[in-house]
Amino acid sequence: MARKPVKKTRRQFMVNTAQAACSVGVVSSLIGGYAANSSASDAQALRPPGALPTQDFLSACSRCGLCVQACPYDTLKLASWLDNAPNGTPVFDARKTPCEMCDDIPCVPACPTGALDPELTNIDDAKMGIAVIVDRESCLNLNGLRCDICYRVCPLLGKAITLERRQNPRIDYHAILEPVVHADFCTGCGKCEHACITEEPAIKILPVDLAKGKIQDHYQLYWQTDQAKELEAGPDLPKLNIAKPESK
Amino acid sequence: MKQAIGSAAQQEHGMWYAHRFLILRRLSQSLIILLFLLGPVFGIWIMRGNLASSTVFDTVPLSDPYVFAQLLFAGHIPEANAIIGVSIVLAFYFFVGGRAYCSWVCPINMVTDLAAWLRRKLGINAHTNIPKRLRLVILAATLLVPLVISIVVWELINPVSMINRAIVFGIGYGWLVLVAIFLLDFAVVRNGWCGHICPMGAFYGLIGKVRLTKVTAVNREQCNNCGDCYMVCPEPQVLKPPLKDAKEGVSPVINDSDCTNCGRCIDVCAPDVFKITISSN
Ligand code: SF4
Ligand code: SF4
Ligand code: SF4
Ligand code: SF4
Repeated sequence: MARKPVKKTRRQFMVNTAQAACSVGVVSSLIGGYAANSSASDAQALRPPGALPTQDFLSACSRCGLCVQACPYDTLKLASWLDNAPNGTPVFDARKTPCEMCDDIPCVPACPTGALDPELTNIDDAKMGIAVIVDRESCLNLNGLRCDICYRVCPLLGKAITLERRQNPRIDYHAILEPVVHADFCTGCGKCEHACITEEPAIKILPVDLAKGKIQDHYQLYWQTDQAKELEAGPDLPKLNIAKPESK
Repeated sequence: MKQAIGSAAQQEHGMWYAHRFLILRRLSQSLIILLFLLGPVFGIWIMRGNLASSTVFDTVPLSDPYVFAQLLFAGHIPEANAIIGVSIVLAFYFFVGGRAYCSWVCPINMVTDLAAWLRRKLGINAHTNIPKRLRLVILAATLLVPLVISIVVWELINPVSMINRAIVFGIGYGWLVLVAIFLLDFAVVRNGWCGHICPMGAFYGLIGKVRLTKVTAVNREQCNNCGDCYMVCPEPQVLKPPLKDAKEGVSPVINDSDCTNCGRCIDVCAPDVFKITISSN
């Protein structure tokens, strides 16, 4: 007789615990699913200089907007619900307001959480994204004109964008000066996309994840190996006697 | 006929005195919004950032402990700046009581108070029973999910943060959630948002378990059973034991950490039963 109520409470306790655990499960699945989905939209977002890689950034940013308020050029904005980035996180739209690549990078030390990596002290090392000629058909230079705007405005002119001369197949005696972006140097500041004079920019900044491919680790590029020097020197082959074009 | 809630106190103490805590709270809430707006609107930078993290005069860092907890559970150890900021804020709420956040700081409170006030004025009693511990369930989920998928999740939808950002950074559509919360509280569940759902309130309730400032029914023997305090209290379940269970030896101190230290019970009580007290118990 005396035991029964004890059993009952224990049973009740287990039922209650199970119910609480299941409720947590239900709510977790709902918000977890939403979160996973909305962080997928992050693929489009251009982050402030020094932003940690996507996953780390989304666990680190408190959405306080201190970086936004520190930016003297109003480049950064906090994403709203309708933007293509998780709600409240800082982003910028390169076509509207690119990053001016401040020497003192005020946005980075403003960040209290380390979502913007305080180790970034040289703005040339920033990797907000990578510029990509997204439409070769509408780039004026690639059509044989001399626009050169993206090349001219690039803060890392001659390093992040170079103009590569090649022959214009349409009119043999004219050249094409093709703007070529070098991912190692491009900071993703967006000055080029901002300045591109075509109606829709032919050059756009893509987040690094989108812009970069990757070759499998087993590929060995000889110029990146230890034997680079040796191989570059080349085998000692006999010189061939090739007829050279006549010069005046 | 039953008088309007609080009118006895108004007759007894006068209009202003019978709203003193309400007025102080509105001042506090408005002042906080104003301080955050002075920078972006007028270029007077006393406060930077928003309630998630901020700096006062560009030196003293402040950080919200619940947002901070979400970062921790998502696997990020924040910089010293945020750690100092969180410590300062925790120390502050140790003095004033965790859920003082809800009644003195949180921008949503003005909306939920408005809904509650309209309900009383219009005599709306519509109420759907949902358990109060739902907010603890949501709180647990908002910490569990980051642990699993390493992403801060509640801040994607947290209306408190969203409204705060909307005010400081002018972000549209955040207002939609305000409307949703208003409607919920007005016509669906009494004290629906703050009392049942908001995990932020639940979190501040938990850290408020240890606090110095509490409301105490010091003159509980004077209580004339008008029931006005129950009507205005956003968490009425905290009132009864300290007020009514003197015989069972229950202390007159409101120890339940769901109490938001809003002082509305003090305002509406004609016989002055309640006082704000400092007690460590
Ligand atoms: S580097 Fe300067 S311009 Fe670029 S986001 Fe930071 S503060 Fe703004
Ligand atoms: S300052 Fe840091 S934590 Fe705050 S919004 Fe910017 S990146 Fe996020
Ligand atoms: S984004 Fe454009 S302008 Fe900026 S560094 Fe890269 S190539 Fe240059
Ligand atoms: S319960 Fe939530 S919304 Fe309500 S006042 Fe507290 S923090 Fe704000």
